[in-house]
Amino acid sequence: MRLRYLLPAIAFLVVAVGLGVGLTLKPREIPSALIGKPVPEFSLPAVEGRSGSLTTADLKTGTPVLLNVFASWCGPCRVEHPLFMELARTTDVTIYGLNQRDAPADAARWLETFGDPYDKTGADFDGRASIDWGVYGVPETFVVDGAGCIQYKHISVLTRDVLEEEIMPRLRGEKHVPCEK
Amino acid sequence: MREMTMRMLVLLSLFFGLLAGPAVAQYVDEPLSDPQMERRAQQLHKEIRCLVCQNQAIADSNAQLARQLRVIVRERLEAGDDDAEVKSYLVDRYGDWVLMRPPLKASTLTLWIAPFVILAFVLGGAGLFVLRRRRQRETGVAPLDAQEEARLAAILDEQS
Repeated sequence: MRLRYLLPAIAFLVVAVGLGVGLTLKPREIPSALIGKPVPEFSLPAVEGRSGSLTTADLKTGTPVLLNVFASWCGPCRVEHPLFMELARTTDVTIYGLNQRDAPADAARWLETFGDPYDKTGADFDGRASIDWGVYGVPETFVVDGAGCIQYKHISVLTRDVLEEEIMPRLRGEKHVPCEK
Repeated sequence: MREMTMRMLVLLSLFFGLLAGPAVAQYVDEPLSDPQMERRAQQLHKEIRCLVCQNQAIADSNAQLARQLRVIVRERLEAGDDDAEVKSYLVDRYGDWVLMRPPLKASTLTLWIAPFVILAFVLGGAGLFVLRRRRQRETGVAPLDAQEEARLAAILDEQS
């Protein structure tokens, strides 16, 4: 007899908890399949007007680095840009910029207008390197350890909270994910 | 007069040059020459998710990434990959999410089994309900025994 009243209550609780968990999920943010994997092989020329290039070897220098995927056509990139500028000014973190599918002149103008926080840039004209990196939106920001193992990926605008709670510790070598071979 | 027309022509060509905009790599959907391979490509396009639009396959999407992934599928097929290899090429980069039909494995077990569990619960509940109903009807209401008859008579007496 008591079961009769208890069962609906239990069913309600299960559904409520299930829906509650569902509400906190972010289906737009797909976890990267590349966490704990070595960086893909790639080699890109620098953004127009800059010397050098960005290759796989630049991500295996022994110190952790940040790789930020940006584009001049990307509005949200402008929002997170000051944070990268600040990072470049106040810390010695190595920041690379992967410029996705941009017209060379546009990318160069964008960096001249808003400032260039990147130690090195790579111009991914056709977006193929981005696909190898599993990028599906811009901006995205990767943390790569000194051995070239992808540690973390943040999708969309980088916020100070994410920078301080997720990215900085990983740049210091905390929360390290060993690379599968 | 002739100089005027020349000047107009130059201006016009400049104008149209501006319209053309910056040259960024553009992908055009070009079918493979082998019709059988093209059929395989199109079948695969239906099974691969457009990561930007999320609930669409790349076959149905006009997003730039979807177009590019369609080209990559064709490239992989031309390079001699079988269907499973094409899929794993994309899964390596984007994870299982890139497949419209999630694969059956430990992490997706709940997803695959939950509908059957729920169905089993509902059917079980319905079965129990019907069974209890039927038993009730079959046995009917038991007649009162002598003791109960006496109590009933006493209660009725009391009230009158």
